Amino acid sequence: MSEISIDIENVTVAYHGKVALQSASLQLEAGTICGLIGMNGAGKSTLFKAIMGFVKPTNGRILINRLPIRQVQKKNLVAYVPQSEEVDWNFPVNVHDVVMMGRYGYMNLLRIPKARDKSIVQESLERVEMWQMQDRQIGELSGGQKKRTFFARALAQESTVLLLDEPFAGVDIKTEKMMINLLMELRQKGYTILISTHDLASIKTFCDKVVLINRTILAYGNTADVFTEENLSRTFGGSIGDLSLAKSFLTQEERRN
Amino acid sequence: MDIIQWFVAPLQHEFMVKAILVSALVGIVCSALSCYMTLKGWALMGDAVSHAVMPGVVIAYILNIPLAIGAFAFGVGSVIAIGFVKATTRIKEDTVIGLVFTGFFALGLVLISKVKSEIDLTHILFGNVLGISNDDIIQTVIISVITLGTLAVLRKDLILFCFDSTHARSIGLNTTFLYYVLLSLLSLTAVAGLQTVGIILVVAMLVTPGATAYLLSDNFDHMTLIAMASGVFSSVMGTYVSYHIDGSTGGCIVVVQTLLFIIAMIFAPKHGLLAQSAKN
Repeated sequence: MSEISIDIENVTVAYHGKVALQSASLQLEAGTICGLIGMNGAGKSTLFKAIMGFVKPTNGRILINRLPIRQVQKKNLVAYVPQSEEVDWNFPVNVHDVVMMGRYGYMNLLRIPKARDKSIVQESLERVEMWQMQDRQIGELSGGQKKRTFFARALAQESTVLLLDEPFAGVDIKTEKMMINLLMELRQKGYTILISTHDLASIKTFCDKVVLINRTILAYGNTADVFTEENLSRTFGGSIGDLSLAKSFLTQEERRN
Repeated sequence: MDIIQWFVAPLQHEFMVKAILVSALVGIVCSALSCYMTLKGWALMGDAVSHAVMPGVVIAYILNIPLAIGAFAFGVGSVIAIGFVKATTRIKEDTVIGLVFTGFFALGLVLISKVKSEIDLTHILFGNVLGISNDDIIQTVIISVITLGTLAVLRKDLILFCFDSTHARSIGLNTTFLYYVLLSLLSLTAVAGLQTVGIILVVAMLVTPGATAYLLSDNFDHMTLIAMASGVFSSVMGTYVSYHIDGSTGGCIVVVQTLLFIIAMIFAPKHGLLAQSAKN
């Protein structure tokens, strides 16, 4: 048995008195890739924010590698790869600058990179095949290259817990394959990876675990046990479009089997 | 010969030498900060803070303490007030900003009208760099040193804060601290800018050079240097022009800045209108 890496116990988060997440509990072992599935507004980003320490739970507790959130931030234990919509692509920074930002937590006040920081940035960029593009302003990149840049930043952070928000939205097949291969490599090394995604088709191919979320954690466990039509309809209960999509996907799968 | 004369003649007056040097310094400082304002999308905030410092300036006059202290208190106070009203009512942010800064500004007007004999309203509204006192010069220098020093030390953290505050927080940077640092610098430079171009036009000093430079560069350091160069050029040229045409100094400085922006907007190599239409 591996050690528990993400330990969420009975967590409730409320904004201005409105509950966004109710009594959520979740334990993930180190060396896991876990898919986070839910509708928009189901509390996926609230869960991410709680793990990063941006919102304080009104109830319950969160430990990452058995440490409370403040120490987690100081030790750079959690890295977050944002959705493309969250980034200002016109900002005057290049690919190398962005990845170097992943190292700031390790640097002195003036953020002057040491040789080690530079070599880790190079290594991270090479792993996502972006080293040649390091001088490009980020707005000049394709969708896949943009994602790979921010993924490289997370690699440069050397955090063992990765949170990825819709990592496969708007990316090319090459990028998706490369990222999935990298994620599997990181799983081998004992990283804990939590992926929020709408892409139900990819879940079964590389997620060991699945978390279904709708204002609370409805179910979590091994993909084979939890990723069922019954659970999905509970997750997407209110949304007919998403539900029929999920159902049609499942029937396709059954036909193939 | 005429051109040399055009530049040399004003320098025979001590007040012109002072005015040119002070305007240039204020141009550098405001331009450096303007890069962050432009990228963070804080133009409206800059306008709000620069107007809201007015009652602070008047009260500082009355109490005979440095203007910067009064301005600082009211500048930061106005932003705290904006945050409080936004959080506790259902009113949208731009409305709250408009409401708070005009309220502060109006309070300043009332205060000035009651102590009229000591303060000249037009100097505060439109600047008075030609008649700047030695005390005010010292104050401008102190503000400049504080602002440029802070930007030099916290440059990378502030860039990250403007670019991706989520990441900044997740690696343990204190983003609340960075927010108030930017805000405090904004309040301080508003006072420096107030001396040269006046409260009404301070926001131009805090926005236009950054916007011009943003069209000319995709690299933050280059952007800062271009902004500072355009800021100094505008301040010096504006002061000269105002001498020769006997016009408003603040007005001339901002007109030059705006002309530079228009030139950049049309001719910028990559993001200019000509380059864009050539691409299509």
